[in-house]
Amino acid sequence: MRARIAHIASNTFREAVRDRVLYNLIAFALLLSGAAILVGQISIEIEKLVVINLGLTAVSLFGVVIAIFIGIGLVSKEIEKRTLYTVLSRPVRRWEFIVGKFFGLAGTLVVNTFFMAIGVFAALFYVSHKFVRADALILVALYFIILQFLIICSLSLLFSSFSSPLLSAVFAFSLFVIGSFAEDLRNFAGMAHGALRWLTTCAAYLVPNFSAFNVITSIAHEQPVARQLILQNTLYALFYAAMALSGAVLIFERRDLK
Amino acid sequence: MKQRQKTAIVASACLIVSLAASSFLLHRTDQLRPQATLDEVLFLSSPRVIKRASLGYDGLMACIYWTRAVQYFGYRHHYYAASYNLLAPLLEITTHLDPQLVVAYEFGSSFLAPKPPQGAGQPERAIELMEYGIQNNPDNWRLYYDLGFVYYMELRDYKNAAETFERGSHVPNAHPFLKIFAAQMAQHAGEYETARMLWSATYQTTQDQQIKQNAIDHLRALHVDEDVEHLQQAVTRLGERTGRLPASMAELVAAEGLPGTPVDPDGHPYKLTSEGRIEVRVPDDFPFATKGLPPGYKPKYQAFQ
Repeated sequence: MRARIAHIASNTFREAVRDRVLYNLIAFALLLSGAAILVGQISIEIEKLVVINLGLTAVSLFGVVIAIFIGIGLVSKEIEKRTLYTVLSRPVRRWEFIVGKFFGLAGTLVVNTFFMAIGVFAALFYVSHKFVRADALILVALYFIILQFLIICSLSLLFSSFSSPLLSAVFAFSLFVIGSFAEDLRNFAGMAHGALRWLTTCAAYLVPNFSAFNVITSIAHEQPVARQLILQNTLYALFYAAMALSGAVLIFERRDLK
Repeated sequence: MKQRQKTAIVASACLIVSLAASSFLLHRTDQLRPQATLDEVLFLSSPRVIKRASLGYDGLMACIYWTRAVQYFGYRHHYYAASYNLLAPLLEITTHLDPQLVVAYEFGSSFLAPKPPQGAGQPERAIELMEYGIQNNPDNWRLYYDLGFVYYMELRDYKNAAETFERGSHVPNAHPFLKIFAAQMAQHAGEYETARMLWSATYQTTQDQQIKQNAIDHLRALHVDEDVEHLQQAVTRLGERTGRLPASMAELVAAEGLPGTPVDPDGHPYKLTSEGRIEVRVPDDFPFATKGLPPGYKPKYQAFQ
């Protein structure tokens, strides 16, 4: 079972690399090196802040875009190319296919993030000429970004399992935006009454809470992140991704592929 | 030559010509509308809306707005603008997006508080900005120092300046000079001496070259203001004694027993006009001086009003 999942995952990774997904690293490198050189000349005293903020924001946004646009095609593309039938005619279960795809995409994003992280640290060294202990906090922000990717990958796969690529992209991107406002949604639920309160509370807990993963600004100011938050975010991301993947498996298992 | 090669050459030529033509036209359009790209427009002015729209990436947005504020101030300051309408909103958006961006409070207050053309002439907005900064960064003694500085330098509000320096002196690791400033404000002692101490403290406690240069310019201006005031008093005294104005600086020097011809920080001798006014030779060299400037003097550029 593990071998089959690993095989599908490695194929998904290879396919993403063949699709030139990692080309985004060039744009990232240009963006970051441009910012590191330019900002010192057009602004005051925020060179390091810009490198951290811009670097981590770009890692996050590039990854979200990749997760959505690759994720939505993972199932539909296989059906369209009819390669899915070849895969499923072998001793591969449908859930293994979904889980393998998930790990393949997640792996692509982790590798992508790894290279971007090298870029962030290189740009940081360029503007600061040294590393300080607080710079290690950037690793926490990167870890949270990867957790965020896991959720988005699983959501893209969920939508991809029953919808067209275009609609899946709209759904996934909308959930990303709504998830960024999750705390507002919860506040709104607190202010509502009756059935609306019940509905908004349900919605608030159903949509992913991305705001808890965003620690970029505080890390740019060298503020430490509580261990409790790291633990809770890890568990939350794992449970949420598992929930969305389970949904994807349930739908895909019942899907008529004829 | 193959057909594909021909197409490649024609397409390359078209690309280069089109790029050159569009760049040239854009350049001409900018000349027609010189201020169009830096127009006084803030499409989104609500900090809350911008914070929401940033989807949690508010740190980066704060850096962008801070850079915009610096560019806006720098551009208008370069041309000695008389108004800085967008400066306060830009700074408010910046600090709302990232309340820990201390540099925006420090520099922002020094952009907002001084009178035009040196600043926006909005000390009240500078005070609001600094109070917001202190509220969000209560342990940063420099913010108290900068706020006290605005109260003293721009408003001559000794009571609030003393109170602010005093508050700042209780912050852990606060610089000891805050206590001294608080006492001096309470006494209203020696205007020039106090101002000199404040600017010297600013010079000594910052790492930023621009702030250092600003402090040097203010110290030079204080030197000129103090010299001109003393020389003007000497002219008045001589006038009262002799019933006429001194005919030359040499006469004034001799009558007052001065050690030599008084010179400004650049070594240029001060000028005595026929109306008995003491003036500096090159006023543009002392942008912060308030005394010794020729009547009706305006800085070189007056592009904006």
